[in-house]
Amino acid sequence: MQADASVTPSTGLLVDQQQETGLWPKIVYIARLLKRDRAGTLGLIMFLIVVISAVFAPYLAPYDPLKQDLRAAKRPPAWTEKGNWDHPLGTDNLGRDLLSRIIYGSRVSLTVGFFGVLIACSLGMLLGLISGYVGGRTDACIMGGVNLILALPYLVFVVFIAAILGRSLLIVILIFGFTDIPIFVRITRGEVLSMRESEFIESAMSIGARPGRIIFSHVLPNLIGPLITIATFEMSAMIFYEAGLGFLGLSVPPSVPSWGNMLATGRKYLTIYPWIATFPGLAIVFTGLGMNLLGDWLRDVLDPRMRRVKK
Amino acid sequence: MQRYIFSRLIQSILMLLGVLLIVFFMLQLTGDPVSLMVSRNASPEQIERLREEMGFNRPMIVQFGDFLTSAVVGDFGDSIRHRQPAMKLILERLPATIELATASLLISLLIGVPLGILGGSNPGRFWDTLSRGAGLVGQTIPNFWLALILIIIFSVKLGWFPSFGRNTWTFMGLTLPTRSVILPAFALGLFTMGQIVRFTRSAVLEIKSEDFVRTAYSKGLPDHIIYIRHILRNAAIPLISIIGVQFGYLLSGSIYIETIFSWPGLGNLLAESIGNRDFALVQAIAFFASVVVVTLNLVTDICYGLADPRIRYGD
Repeated sequence: MQADASVTPSTGLLVDQQQETGLWPKIVYIARLLKRDRAGTLGLIMFLIVVISAVFAPYLAPYDPLKQDLRAAKRPPAWTEKGNWDHPLGTDNLGRDLLSRIIYGSRVSLTVGFFGVLIACSLGMLLGLISGYVGGRTDACIMGGVNLILALPYLVFVVFIAAILGRSLLIVILIFGFTDIPIFVRITRGEVLSMRESEFIESAMSIGARPGRIIFSHVLPNLIGPLITIATFEMSAMIFYEAGLGFLGLSVPPSVPSWGNMLATGRKYLTIYPWIATFPGLAIVFTGLGMNLLGDWLRDVLDPRMRRVKK
Repeated sequence: MQRYIFSRLIQSILMLLGVLLIVFFMLQLTGDPVSLMVSRNASPEQIERLREEMGFNRPMIVQFGDFLTSAVVGDFGDSIRHRQPAMKLILERLPATIELATASLLISLLIGVPLGILGGSNPGRFWDTLSRGAGLVGQTIPNFWLALILIIIFSVKLGWFPSFGRNTWTFMGLTLPTRSVILPAFALGLFTMGQIVRFTRSAVLEIKSEDFVRTAYSKGLPDHIIYIRHILRNAAIPLISIIGVQFGYLLSGSIYIETIFSWPGLGNLLAESIGNRDFALVQAIAFFASVVVVTLNLVTDICYGLADPRIRYGD
């Protein structure tokens, strides 16, 4: 349909839209939008710093995060009296370099956040599409389950499941991936329901487009905006919850450097060596702040209607 | 209204049945409960006898039915570790948790509502920036880390508050909190405060541009009357719902804070029983927390319906 319209452009609007497609103009457009929003730019930069440190951890970290050096143990950060620049953020109780452990720790956080959201978003989107598109009894069943899970005290159940299933990265990802499905189902279903009433879907149906075509070429492209926004917030929430589980000793095994595990160690030495707990926490706050600023900006840019929806 | 309450009540009961189903099957995932109860060198015959005694050899569906009938009267079996009924342990720990959650809610309301009103009524100015900042900070600082930092600053460095434990004093037969509640309550309440600030701010902003507010201004009413009588009254309605939800979160989300401050409440009991792999107790706590949350949601919805006629008659 779109091809026909571009051959005989009847309005200026269609021609404009034609020029906007293509990858490069889109990038330029997004860059222009970013320039206007300083908080969004800051959020993106903060998030990129975390991503870069996770990807290039072996090149950025000054030490092996697992290497113990008992002679250098419990050293305070460099700017304090007893610290030195060998270990900029100091060392933990076993003499492991805190900066290196924080850099490597970003890998666990981002892996859990990214794959957790990937699972939750894809399954949630699928269920939401079915629920909103098919309706009737199927919809009632899916939404019943969704409302049940959303009514549970989330943290209590996540802790319960994690305690039963044991400590491994895969298990943590699966727990967050599956328990976070309901939010994506809700958003997708809501969007699909409001889209079903809209004129462009009605016209697609009236010219005889099959459900598959309607879903793939009309519904899905319009879902991307809201889902990316929610995914950003959910990813930052998962990074929090993962650190929380680690803090309770229920996330990845203690040998893996992760922010939660570091906090758990730091808590034991809180009153004597407070820096061990301080820096991994700052890393979590930094990441969360970046992703929330980024999410707020995405919400405004991708979908102006979402501005008023508060989680 | 009665129909509305009735349908919400039925919905809540169905939900709690769903919760029972979930916690029952989650406990099955933990494996054979008998293996946790016997010593390592027990003979297979002994284990088999215990299984029979406890009824673990019956079909799953019968076990679930049994579990359901005793759960309805509040019987969740005994804690493997404490050798006491799980419900009794929970009820013993409940007052401390309620004290903490109430203190958190009070702190977050006392800071959050005024900040939200100031922010919403001066968009783009200093107070607005401050309230938006508070909303963001509440969302991005994890409470378990904040608790550690508060201990470092206010207990270790300044020595103003105790770093752990719960002290109470009795006055005219009432058990009252002491300053030991302040640090944990603040750490726990920061997230809620952020939510309340955000919510109040956007509600005030929205209501300020309504027609009835413009009418009130054009009648020449003074500012404070308009705020109290028209804006805040309307902003209070959605605030009810967020308070209900947040109180549920505070009651069930205190696992970190109670562990860090050795606060003798439910969250601490949960962390402790997970450490002991005392899953019968974990199961009971999970169900109890769900009952609290579902009940609070129900009460909130009813209050909401009473306060706002559009809810009762809509859908």
